[in-house]
Amino acid sequence: MSTHNDYNFAFIDENAKKEIRRSILKAICLPGHQVPFASRELPIARGWGTGGLQVTLAIIGPDDVLKVIDQGCDGSVNAVNLRDLIHRTTGVPTTFETAQASIIQTRHRIPELPLREDQIIVFQVPIPEPLHYVEPSIEKATAMHAEKDYARMWVSLYEDIVNYGSVTIGASYPVMVHENYIMAPSPIPKWDIAKLNMANCLHLFGAGREKRIYAVPPYTRVEPLQFEDKPFKKEDFSGHVCARCGAGDSFLDEIFDEASGGKYWVCSDTAYCDSRIQKEAAV
Amino acid sequence: MGYVAVQGGETAIRNADALAAYLRVNGTSQVLTRQQIEDQLKLLVDRVMGEGSLYSTYHAALAIKQAEGDPVEAGFIIRAYRSTLPRIAVSEYWHREDEQILRRISSAFKDIPGGQILGSTNDYRQRILDFGLDAETEDAVRRSAESYLQSFASVQKNDVPQSESVYPKVVELLQKEGLIRQYAAVEIDPAIDVTRESVSFPLHRSGRLQLMARSETGSILALAYSSMRGYGSIHPTIAELRVASVPLVISHPYRREETVYCGTVTITETEVLAKFDNDNEEGRASFTLGYGCCFGVNEVKAISMAVLDRCMKSKEKHAPAEDQEFVLSHIDGIESSGFCAHFKLPHYITFQAELDRVREAIKEESHVNA
Repeated sequence: MSTHNDYNFAFIDENAKKEIRRSILKAICLPGHQVPFASRELPIARGWGTGGLQVTLAIIGPDDVLKVIDQGCDGSVNAVNLRDLIHRTTGVPTTFETAQASIIQTRHRIPELPLREDQIIVFQVPIPEPLHYVEPSIEKATAMHAEKDYARMWVSLYEDIVNYGSVTIGASYPVMVHENYIMAPSPIPKWDIAKLNMANCLHLFGAGREKRIYAVPPYTRVEPLQFEDKPFKKEDFSGHVCARCGAGDSFLDEIFDEASGGKYWVCSDTAYCDSRIQKEAAV
Repeated sequence: MGYVAVQGGETAIRNADALAAYLRVNGTSQVLTRQQIEDQLKLLVDRVMGEGSLYSTYHAALAIKQAEGDPVEAGFIIRAYRSTLPRIAVSEYWHREDEQILRRISSAFKDIPGGQILGSTNDYRQRILDFGLDAETEDAVRRSAESYLQSFASVQKNDVPQSESVYPKVVELLQKEGLIRQYAAVEIDPAIDVTRESVSFPLHRSGRLQLMARSETGSILALAYSSMRGYGSIHPTIAELRVASVPLVISHPYRREETVYCGTVTITETEVLAKFDNDNEEGRASFTLGYGCCFGVNEVKAISMAVLDRCMKSKEKHAPAEDQEFVLSHIDGIESSGFCAHFKLPHYITFQAELDRVREAIKEESHVNA
């Protein structure tokens, strides 16, 4: 009985990787459209980024440089774990610096530093179906996409405004891709939505448990769903700056201060924060 | 003011892992061997092979040891390992005459051709906690095994009833009488493989059966039980439940006309008869059939599967168990446990976004009220 300590490059068998790449190509051809794929089980639990991980493992090559973030942070425990798995099974170098990476796998954030044409950002997606707010059945939601039947989605946003004065969706705010499909941008904050629009980089989205892959290619129009008289608003951090680097232009984490009993704010993108501190120190 | 220790992840993970590794073999008892698990925790091994979707007692037992006996975790480890293996062949259909029956019962008829064969079962064992097992010694176990085998020594060959070479299926008898609705062969052939093809709904019946065969026992039981209790009850009767050892045969990879025997697989197979319906094409009343089959000995799972197979054939979705998307999306233990556990991951960003929304809504509200 063999012990199988040696695994294939990037863990998954080559046929599976090929199949995932075919789904990715289809997804790029149909921006915002969810392409079903035969999601493989990985040594990481379902719901912990196996969709993004399969996309990364399928596209990564020996010349890539990898960055993995969770909630904007390279040092977060799950990011550490995913990075370790990819590094161990591929040997590719890893980095914390956004500009150095050729592939960035992320959960819940897009880095503050604008990405380039030669960079790919891979999103881990828990719930790929944006219509789940109004239709729990995937079968029915798929038909709604095919028929561009988005009336119930618009009505639900309208009802939100009537009931609460504004749309209550926080993260994973639904977007319209290329005026065609409504797409779930994964649970990124509204702060990051604008970064998807006409971006230089390729965005790939992988939902492992729900077995869907979708994409936003570079230079694609991505608009949050909004009404003319109730424009989309991103999170408001006015009056706060990062307590570490002083940034007033980044998404901030709100932290309870044990010592003072008060609150303070720091950059959620730790690489951005660190680079600002380093620049400051160099001056 | 402190800075949130976000960069300590690597050390924290390593330490937590070291503690878990220490606790796995904590205590003074002998180290549990993989072989012991394979020999003495057979039902657990069977369950992990089924849920892990890989028929290998060796790998399942090893995973159980690694997972400290948690069946879902062990199945998860096996599934991940499975992703590294290419699919090299698809098995041929097995023939009834090649299967070795270990157990075979019918609740529909008192006597069936070939007879009821109880085989090994704890169905009629009184579940009294056996404190004797606490002091079970190797010696005593060997002695009792020997005396059990000795009890057959006096049996003369002529006393043993001639065993059947082929046990006919109970449902075949009813089918001959035209009492069971015939389903078109296209429903199962060609079979799809949900591990190689994407799942979308409505799903081909072979895909439904495969997803159920890989499902978590407790989850599939709960959904089948909801139907049994009355949420869209189909009133099942077990036409036949079999535990059998069946040959695994594949077609030769190069010489297409030849087949290769690879070994045997133990399976539990169930057919349930459900209340008649008269919405078939012929317009006459008949029973409908539900089919379940899973790796190893796992009767509750095979019965639940057969019940749900029948439930999902219902034309109208009166109950959750009759809605295939609902059933099939929620029975995989690896997926459900993984997603459940993921809520332990940080959700600072999503929660911050929610906070912003609630604060905004409160602001709007006070604005309106003012």
